[in-house]
Formats: sequence, C-alpha cells, structure tokens
Amino acid sequence: MSHLPLCHRQSSTEDLYSLMAGIRLFEMSLLDMFGQGLLAGTTHTCLGQEATAVGVVSCLDRERDIILSSHRCHGHFLAYCGQAEELYLEIMGKPGGVCAGRGGSQHLNVRNFYSNGIQGGIMPIAIGMAKAEKLRQSKAIVTVFLGDGTFGEGAVYEALNIASLWQLPILIIVENNGNAQSTPTQLQLSGTFQGRLEAFNIPVQEIKTTDVRQVIKAVYPLIDKIRHDGSPQALVIEALRLGPHSKGDDHRSKQEMDEIRDKDPLTLMKDLITPSDQACIYQQAQEFIDATRQKVLQEKSYE
Amino acid sequence: MSNKTYLASLNESLHAMMEADERVILIGEDILDPYGGAFKVSKGLSSRFPSQVLTTPISESAIVGLGTGLAMRGFLPIVEIMFGDFITLAVDQLVNHAAKFRWMYNEKVRVPLVVRTPMGAYRSYGPTHSQSMEKHFLGVPGLWVISPNLFTEPGELLKQAVTRLQEPVLFVEHKYAYAQPLLDVPDGMVLEELAGEKGFFPASVLRHRNPDPAMRGLLLCYGGLSKMCLEAVLLLRDSEGISMDLAVITQLSPTPVVQLQTLFDQYKDTLLVYVEEASVAAGWGSEMMASMQDFALNTRNCQLRQLRIGSEYSVIPSSKQLEGRILPNVQKIINQIVACF
Repeated sequence: MSHLPLCHRQSSTEDLYSLMAGIRLFEMSLLDMFGQGLLAGTTHTCLGQEATAVGVVSCLDRERDIILSSHRCHGHFLAYCGQAEELYLEIMGKPGGVCAGRGGSQHLNVRNFYSNGIQGGIMPIAIGMAKAEKLRQSKAIVTVFLGDGTFGEGAVYEALNIASLWQLPILIIVENNGNAQSTPTQLQLSGTFQGRLEAFNIPVQEIKTTDVRQVIKAVYPLIDKIRHDGSPQALVIEALRLGPHSKGDDHRSKQEMDEIRDKDPLTLMKDLITPSDQACIYQQAQEFIDATRQKVLQEKSYE
Repeated sequence: MSNKTYLASLNESLHAMMEADERVILIGEDILDPYGGAFKVSKGLSSRFPSQVLTTPISESAIVGLGTGLAMRGFLPIVEIMFGDFITLAVDQLVNHAAKFRWMYNEKVRVPLVVRTPMGAYRSYGPTHSQSMEKHFLGVPGLWVISPNLFTEPGELLKQAVTRLQEPVLFVEHKYAYAQPLLDVPDGMVLEELAGEKGFFPASVLRHRNPDPAMRGLLLCYGGLSKMCLEAVLLLRDSEGISMDLAVITQLSPTPVVQLQTLFDQYKDTLLVYVEEASVAAGWGSEMMASMQDFALNTRNCQLRQLRIGSEYSVIPSSKQLEGRILPNVQKIINQIVACF
C-alpha cells in the first residue's frame, strides 16, 4: 500500500475509521518529527478534525470537484488523494514532495486540490473557480474549507456576496474548532456564523457532531442540491482542535482538553467497531505511517 | 491624418480579443453599457459580448481573486480596477495568491490573469485618485508589471499580456493618456524597437539622427509620461543643443535586463536620466539605476552619470496649482537635465 485508502459516502465504518486513523497518525508523527528536529519550518495539524476532512471529501466527486483549503490542510489533502508519502516529502522540503518542496505544509496542489497559507484569501479564488465551472457547465462543485478564525477576514464577505449574487456552485464548510490560533471564539466573533451566512442568502446548516457518519449524512444532500441547483450552500461543523495551533503553542487548560477529548472522532467510533477490529485497523494504519516515514527519511534532499 | 487614441487602441483590442476567444472574460465595477467603465475602456463590450462581461460589486479583493480562480481553470480573465489607487485593496490577491500559485505549486498551474488599471495624476483628482502606485509592485516574483505608452500600440501590449504571456500581469494604464492620440516619430529622430526577452513587451528607442557627441544622453521613461518626455527631448535639442535620446520601457517588472544591457552598452558614457511620475524614493528609476550600476561594475572602469526625476515626496494635492507644483513637467525635466551639462 503506498496511499492511504480513499473513502466515498458509502464506505464502511471500518474504512472511514481506517482513513481517519491514518490522518491522525500522520499528524502525530509530524509533531514527533518536529520534536526530534527532523522537520524545519512549521505545520498546522488537524488532530481532532479528521471527521470533517473524511466526511466532507468522501461525498465529493474527486474527478471533477474542486477543493480549496487553508493552512490546516493535511486532512483535506489526505482524504482527497491519500498521498501520504508525497505529503511527508513536501513538508520535509524534498524534491519528491507533491510540489517538489516549494510550498511545504500549507501550500499544496494535486489535481483539483489547492491550499494556501493566507487567511480568507482562498474564498475569492473559490468564486472564480466556481464561476469557471458554471460557465463551462461542468456541474463540478467547489468546496472551500474555512476555519472559525477566518471569519475575521474581509475578503470572505466580499466573496460570499458574489457567491450568492451569482448563484455559484460552492459548498462552504466552516470547521468551527472554537479557536482562532490562541484566541477563543468569544473574544473574536460577534453574532453567529449562521447569521453572517444567511445575511447573504446562503442557506446554512449547523451540525454539532464530530461523528464522521453524521458529517456524511449532512454533507451529501447539500452536494446533491448544489449539483442540481448550482447555488451555494454552507455547513458549520463542530470541530475539535486536539493539538496545538502549530507546534508548541497551546495554552488551554487540562480541564478544557479533557472535556473536548470525549468528542474525539476516533473515540466516537468505538461502539461501532469491535475492539479487536479497531485495534487491528489502528495497528495497520500505524504500520503504514511508520513504514512511509522510514521511507521518506531515506529519500534524497536538495543539495 | 490623426492617429487613434490610447483609449481607442485598448478598447479595440478588447473587442477583438473577446470576439476571437470566448475564454476572454472582462470583470470589473461599472463596466456595463451605456456607462462602459469609468474611463470608457470597456465601452461597447457588454452589448456585444454579454456573457463575457461581468459587472461586480465594489470588491477589489474579491474580483482580483475571482480572476485568478477563472485563470487557473482555463479562462483568460481581465480585471478592471477603476482607479489604480484602489489596487491596494487587492494587494493580497496579487502578491500572495496570483503571483505565488504557479511557482509554489511546482509549475502545475498557470495564472493568465491581467489586472488593468489607470494610474496617474494631472487631473486634480487628489490624494487617493491620482497616484502612480506601480512602484510598490515591482520586484514581486511571479507578478509582471507592464505599462503601455503612446509609442507602442497599447492594445497590442494588452493582447500579448492576455493571450500569450500566461502569467499574472498588473497592466498600468494612464488616465491622462487615454484621450491622447498615439505619437508619430518626430522629424530628426529614428525609432528602434528593442524586443523583450520572450519577444513580448518591446521598448521603443527614439534616437536623434545627428546627435552632438559632446552633449548627449539617454532619457528613460514609461507609460503616461512618454509624451511629456518626448516634448522635453525635442526642446532640449532645439533650444539647448542637448541630444537626449528617449527609451520608453513597457516592461517594468521583472526588470527587462536584456533591454537595459543593450541601452547600457550604447549609452554608458553619456548622461542617463530616469523620469517617472511618482516620487523617486524607492521607485522605478531607482531600480533601473541600480541595474545599470550592476552592469557598470562588470565593466570595471565605468563611472556612470545618472539622474532620477519624479514628483516631490508628497501626498498628491487636489488643487490644480498645488498639484502642478509637485508633479514633473516639461520645464522641470529640461531644467534638471540642462544642469547636468
């Protein structure tokens, strides 16, 4: 196996769990590698947000749909293409990286997947791509992942206005992990995400769950609707940030962390998979990540 | 016979491009007929090509990003920013998005986006509607800055930027130049075009047929000041006996190294003068001077005589009289050059 297994909306619980575990272990290994001095620069892991990545991306048509993501993009990327090896190499700055080490952790492109490290700036790009698909009547959908902190950026609102005004085929996913880097939502957001999106006449739903099956259940009808109507939809998904914003910058209390750990999307799957199956899948994912990590460490660096 | 205007050249080019290729999409504020854009460059386009002309909210950041997204997915978008001063609202989209994608995604994408905008003063529009802000966009890897003038058909330059370059371009027009007819080569001068590096964006070099070898030099300029600089050059010749040849550059960034090297080789022993409309501080002329100095170091024995001319270091006033005090004009250019001889 050279890639993480990809999922679709009818994937089995075991497969969904397997992919989420692979993403979890990939991200944990990055923090470990930083700790060992094996990586330079920075990273933003999606620990705790695996269910949004897997749930949303599994509902898309990977051949034609477009995904736009942010600094916290590894989960979205891996759920889209599974290319853990190329992502490792990219983050390590090696020639075999998915962008040859030019972009690094936050600046990824493979086929119809694009991420960038500027807050909110991807939203205007999203409306451009959606307009392009609409003009050529491809029925492709542009899915854009925004964080709760991103709603501080003005570019988002300029683009939301046009997305609605021109009825563009966009799915806006708000991953609300309650933290804009180190700033909790109550210190940075007035009103609500729903209120803001509805102000532009963009239909919005909110799900307070980190269960990947619930995410799929909420997302797929929206995809279907956008595919049919060609107009924007938004979904606010409760997300957890189990790790730091980037590396060592987490000052949340133990109590707060203990509370959110109960909603860990991997833990939530416990009742659905037998303990032995679960252990087996997790072990396989661990072996895959370990083997991939060993392999990429041997790969050639730039001179 | 009068030549077509700078404005007509641009407008005709847009008509021709949109007719030839439906991937050419014009995006901007107030560009629909009958208004046809604040400076009328888009006149007639929405009537002829309604599906290719997108009028937008007042959202410069969003519309530049919109253009980038369209460009990355196979279209040839042209975004009009109504006044060049407003380009600051879209800096992030130009610098951190459009200019980055091709390189940072390891050449897997192309961003053939052209952002057209009029810069420039001389119309009493005041501090936020008169600036020449292009200098802030020089030296951004991945972003091209191109400026048409009255010697090189502006519509042809625009066509090169839109249909051939395949890179994000800030296309700097000049609001004072719109109404002016394109210029002919004056008596006593010869025009030579210096090709750009990919065969695009030529520089126009006007040389005196019979220069005075003891009193000669080269004046470099770009864009809207091309007519003023030509007038200065002719007056210097006729009244002062000074033979300043004129090089009108179209590619402001990346620095057109090959063209500059050619000019350096021909004029290194003469006076080199750079005229721009913005203040000279951290400007286009400074960058050109520095490039020439780099060439000079390579030749070891070259002592360059170089001069920058631009506006006073000031916010641009609204009052016509106050504006006139700070902006370059023919007489100021002549006076500064005469003082060098």
